Formats: sequence, structure tokens, C-alpha cells
Amino acid sequence: MTTETLKPALDLTRLKAWLPKYGVYAAILVLIVYNIAFTPNFLTLGNLRIQLIQVAPIVIVALGMALVIGTEGIDLSVGSVMALAAALIPLYLGYGVVGAIAVSLLAGVAVGLVNGLLVARVGLQPIVATLALFVGGRGLALVISGGQLKDVRNDDLVFLGSGDLLGVPVLVWIAAALVLVVAFVVRRTVFGRRLLAIGGNRPAAQLAGVPVQRVLIGVYILCAVLASIAGLLAVARIQSSDASSVGLLIELSAITAVVVGGTPLTGGKVRVLGTVAGALLMQLVVATMIKHNLQPSTTEMVQAVIILVAVYAARERKSR
Amino acid sequence: MALLEVAGVSKVFPGVRALDGVSFTLQPGEVHALVGENGAGKSTLIKVLTGVYTPDEGEVRYQDRPVRFGTPMDAQRAGISTIYQEVNLVPLMSVAHNLFLGREPRNRFGLVDGKRMAAEAHEVLRQYGVTADVRRPLGTLALGAQQMVALARAVMIDARVVIMDEPTSSLEPREVETLFGVIDDLHSRGIGIVYVSHRMDELYRICDAVTILRDGKLVHTGKLADLDRLRLVSLMLGRDMSAVRKEGFTGFTGESNASGAPVLRAEKLSSRHRLHDVSLEVRPGEVVGLGGLLGAGRSETIKAIGGAFPLDSGDITVAGDKLGKPTPVKALKAGIATQPEDRKAEGIVAGLSVRENIALAVLPRTSRLGLVSDRKIDKIVETFMTRLRIKASGPDQLVGDLSGGNQQKVLLARLLATGPKVLLLDEPTRGIDVGAKAEVQALIDELAAEGLGVVLVSSDAEELVEGSDRVVVLRDGAVVGELRGDDVTTEALLETIAAAADGDHDDH
Repeated sequence: MTTETLKPALDLTRLKAWLPKYGVYAAILVLIVYNIAFTPNFLTLGNLRIQLIQVAPIVIVALGMALVIGTEGIDLSVGSVMALAAALIPLYLGYGVVGAIAVSLLAGVAVGLVNGLLVARVGLQPIVATLALFVGGRGLALVISGGQLKDVRNDDLVFLGSGDLLGVPVLVWIAAALVLVVAFVVRRTVFGRRLLAIGGNRPAAQLAGVPVQRVLIGVYILCAVLASIAGLLAVARIQSSDASSVGLLIELSAITAVVVGGTPLTGGKVRVLGTVAGALLMQLVVATMIKHNLQPSTTEMVQAVIILVAVYAARERKSR
Repeated sequence: MALLEVAGVSKVFPGVRALDGVSFTLQPGEVHALVGENGAGKSTLIKVLTGVYTPDEGEVRYQDRPVRFGTPMDAQRAGISTIYQEVNLVPLMSVAHNLFLGREPRNRFGLVDGKRMAAEAHEVLRQYGVTADVRRPLGTLALGAQQMVALARAVMIDARVVIMDEPTSSLEPREVETLFGVIDDLHSRGIGIVYVSHRMDELYRICDAVTILRDGKLVHTGKLADLDRLRLVSLMLGRDMSAVRKEGFTGFTGESNASGAPVLRAEKLSSRHRLHDVSLEVRPGEVVGLGGLLGAGRSETIKAIGGAFPLDSGDITVAGDKLGKPTPVKALKAGIATQPEDRKAEGIVAGLSVRENIALAVLPRTSRLGLVSDRKIDKIVETFMTRLRIKASGPDQLVGDLSGGNQQKVLLARLLATGPKVLLLDEPTRGIDVGAKAEVQALIDELAAEGLGVVLVSSDAEELVEGSDRVVVLRDGAVVGELRGDDVTTEALLETIAAAADGDHDDH
């Protein structure tokens, strides 16, 4: 939406090839320039901190989503996984922080395993398979937490959620580290290459000796583990655990970040940095709108337009 | 008066001049062959004719008026219909619905008149040799029948020009005859036909005129009858006639290198309704052909050995080691590499680069602790790109952008990189141009000479006979004959298949 005004001289076909690749970065740049010029207090440390802290959980969840979408799948259960991870923290905090974190990560592994088995073994469509745990996961989280908001007081968790390291929030460090890990997995590992091949052409990957089921199960587990990390970080940040609100609707934010970042829903391609940029862009849009006292409804419509532009651009590239 | 004319058309894509000042004229009632190697510009020209691409230079004239089709729909409305290799209809809708899509007959309430539609569809399709129930979903028909429905639809919407892109590649011989009957009929009604095919026999049977493209340029256009086969092939390849004559039509040398104990032994492979006790032995250096008609069980046999087709019973032994319940992973580990029949659907990953495609099956071998070594992969990719003469702008080019022949070579490179003992090839030269075909055939010979066991499936009788040391003939999922030594001839092959078919009649 912003790139056209940036370079009106560009002809349409070149723009179409360029847009899905770099459009998201250009849009971020435009927004930042605009905000520096017109938004008071935008360039303050406090504001940047808040933006980054808010976007971190979405980035973490979106990373897993990008991997799943790369296999031509989708995972709707990420928000419920976050709730489940959050609900387990106060329950196991008695065994120490490490124990509690380990348990909530294990819950992620379990959900991912079920998703993966349903998709890879049983052969359900990903949207249906993960819908089951989207509904059931949050239900289970509510049962575990007894439906109550629980305060969580633990110094180590507080450090994870609101601490600083070298002047940067720990939360942001964790998100950045996970971005690097996922980028590394996609680019450098056998698992990453196989994942892309499966998304690009599953029967071909199968015939080429790729263990399709194993890789798919692994992808769903990875996605769920990332979601549970986001869930326990959410608990650490707000120092309470509320299974009914943690991670609500985050699956949509994550899918948006992935799509706006230029990863096609048709699989075979994962853009890790693009996904991060997608999440940042949506965050910036919301922040800009709020700073200028626009209605939330307006913000939502602007977000809708961005998603449409991103999907349209991706479609153009696909058909070439 | 020319029906459809293209004058001095050029189309440039980044890095390639796909069409370079090409002219082409189609007369009413003419069957015009459009030939050339893959990458010669045939598809681009068709896309210019049908409005998918707008030419950069030159003009398209239709019924003597310059036209500019914005979309394929515009072209279709103007009367230019295209039948693609893959059928572009709705598989879940009924045959009749597909035939009348968008023009359904209405009853007096304005609703679709199902009865009348079915009756008319039945009547129309009978002329095309399709006798199936028109209320069945289209997807349940055989591919050939689906193509006939597509053709009937194209002709019904008042087409003046019908473009056929390799229409016979998925047809059985009987269906090909029906298609030719329909083409004769169109011909007599003054409809112009552009016919793209790699099969010489077909071209000479039905085409009046021919236009040959090479590297995006027009190299010849004129009456087909004035051009003998050898000249046609040499024009397509840009090769010397004497070279073509010397090298023959296929790249096979016809020598046998078979020796020693069988490297592959398949015993009594059975799968409900599809395979019945199929046994097969391949020695190192031997090329064993699988002959038979479409649906005889050739692809199933190949897939079963490669672990991609479920078996009820049967044993597969590779170099003396028995394979348990075969899976693609196990088969590959044991040294069986399978090249599937459908390159696009089961072979290449179009969205990945040449490099990733070649490396796909050897990822474990080129990695340590799950991390891939680009250095090792680069070495393998370079070796095979050179050896198979893969024409790409570089290892990072997307495979989907390559010509069919080069895609096939990438697929073969992937298989060869695994260092197989047995190579299973299902239609290795289907849909690729003559030049790449000869190269692939020569490669098969070369690989056999190096001691690989090869199983070859080809519906091209000439290729099967010249390429194989032995031919096992299948019918209805069972072995019905075998040709050895001097008996491996086209005549003997056809006789065996025909005899098998006769046996079929005796059964009933």
C-alpha cells in the first residue's frame, strides 16, 4: 500500500515481482520515517522497548507457524498451546522454575505430536486436525487452572518476563535467539531442506526417500514448542496465569505475520526474516494508529488491506 | 483468407528471448503441426495466441483483423479454444455439467434443466466415443475420456480455432483413433487446428502444414508432405542430416553388457486387482524393458519395486539382500532409484532450485549431525550438471523454469547421486524434446555399461526395443511373455501385445 507512493515510476510487472520479496521491509521503513516525522515521542527508548516487548510473543509463535505453512499446512492450535503452557506454570512452580518450564515445554511437545500424528499418519487436513486442539487445548488449560487467574511470583520468571540484559529486554533477546535458531534450521539443516521439499511437492519428496511423516511430525512439534515458549513468557511478563486470555487469537496474528512476510500459503518456501518483519509491520501499524488516536476499527481495516495486498502479491508471483 | 495469423511476434522474458520475430499462419480447415524442441518457443507462441501473454512486438490477426486478447477468456469467446495436456475441467462435477458449464439449458422456471442437459450431453459425447454415464463426476472417467469431454466442450462453444497441446500423451491407442476421427470432422467443417506433438507418426498422419521453431525463431514453415522425417528432425535439432542418419532416431547403441548374478529380483509381486504374480530379474548392466498397453501394470510394477505401491505379497531382493516390506526410504537405501512417470506431480519440486532438487535424496549423505554441507552438495551438483549437460542459468535456477528435458535430467541427477544399483525408469523420455531424448537414451546405455541394472518402461515401441536387452510383456497386471536376444524387435513386441489382447477376447 505504501510502496506505490514510494516509487511511482516503477512499472507494474517489476513491482509485482518485487513486492512479495521486499514490500514488507519497504512498508516498515515508510512507517518508521513517517513516525519519526509526525509522531511525538516515537524515537524514545521507552516506546521502542514497549513495541519490541509486545511483538516478541507474536514473532515466536509466527516462527513456528511459518515452518508449518512451509509444509503446506497450518496450525490453529498455537493460542491454545500458549494457554496450556501458561496454565501449567503455576502448578509446577513448586518444583522450581526449570521444572515448571520443562513441564510446559513438554505439553507443547505433546500437543505437537498429536497434531503431527493427525496430519502425517491419519492424513487429516491440517486445518481440521489443529482445529481439534484449538478447541480442546484451551478447554484443557481451563480445567487445569480451575478457570481462575493465578498470580505467579517468582524472581527468575520475573527476570525472563521483565528483566534486561545489556539494556535490552530479556524477552527480546529470547525472541531474537529463536529467530536465529529457526533461520538456521531452515537454511542449514537436513530437516529444513526436507521440510521445504515436502511443502513444494509431497509425492516427489516421498519418492526421493524423504521420511515425510517424521519430518511433518517434527514440524508440528517445533511449532507447538515455540508456542509454549511464548505462553510461558506471557506468564512471566504479566506475572499471572489466565488460561482464558493468554494467546487468544494469536493464531491469526501469527498467520498474518507469515503471510505479510511473503511466505506463500501454498508451501515450499519459508521466509524467516520476512515473518519477523511481517510481525513488526503489523505491530507498527497498530502503534501508529493508536498514537494518532484512530479508532481500533480503523486499525483493523488497515490491517485487512495490508493482508489483502500481501496475499495478492504472493498470488501474482505464484502464477508466473 | 487466413484464419489466424501471427506476424513478427517477439516476447522477451528476463534473460531469454522466448520468441524472436516469429510469424505463423493458420488457414481455415487446416491441421497445422507446431513442432520444436522444448524451449523452442512453442508454449510461448500458444500463450500469445490464446491471450495468456501479450507480445512485446508484432501483431496477432484473427479473421484478418488485428486483435489483442487481454485474457484467455477473451480468446475463447472470440472462438479460439485450447486443449491442454492436463484437463482444465472440474473433476467433481458431472460430465454433463462440465460440458455445459456456463451455458446450461434452462427450463421455464429459469433453473438448470438437468434432464435435457444429460440427454444432449449424451448425444454429443457419443460422437466423441464417450459412452459413460454423463451424470458421473468427470473425475471418475479415464483421462482419455476426460480429454474428449474437454474437446467436445471446446468445439461446442463455437470454436473457429482449436489448439491441441500434446493431446495424445495420455490417450490409449483406441482413444487416439477417436481423436483423429474428431480432428477429421473439424477439418471438414473448416475449423483450424494447431497441433503440438512430439510423435512423428501422428504428425504425418493428420497434419497438412508444419511450422518448426528453434530457440524462439522460425526455422521452417510449409506443407508437411514436402518434408521427410529426417529433414524435419534435423531442422528441429539444427543438426546435420547425415548426423541424424548416422546416430539414428534414438540414442541407443543396442549393445548388451549384462553379466553376473541378478542385482534385482522381484518374485511374485501381487496386489489386489492390479498385479498378479509378476516376477522379474535384472542383472548388472542389463536393461529390461516392460512392455504392454496402458493399464497393463507396468507403472505399478515399477512403483511396487520402488516401495511406493502397496503389495499384498511378493519378495524383492537387491544384490542378494531381501527387502522387508518395501518403502521408498528402504528401497532407496538398498540401491533402488525410481523415476516416476509423472515428472511434475511426483518428480521435481518446481519451487526449489536445481541444486536443492538434485541434493534432495542425498541429504543424509551430505550432512553431519543434521547439518548439510554446502561444499559436498555443490560438488555433487556440479558433477551431475556437467555430466548430464543440464542447461540452466546456474544451480540456483528454479527447476520449474527449466524445459521439460532439463527437468527430467535434474530428476535423473537426483537419482544417480544416490549411487543406485538399480534404476527404474518410467517413461524417461515422455514429453521431452528430440535432442534431450537422445541424450537421455544415450545416458541409459552408458549407465548400463557401468554395471547398473535398469528397468525401462516406455510406450514408445521403438525406444523400448532399441533400449532394452530383454522385454517382459505385461497384460492386466500379469506377465504374458518375454522377448530375448534377436527376438527383441518392434514386430515381435507388437505381436506379443496383440496376442495377449487376443487372449483377452478368448476369456470372454
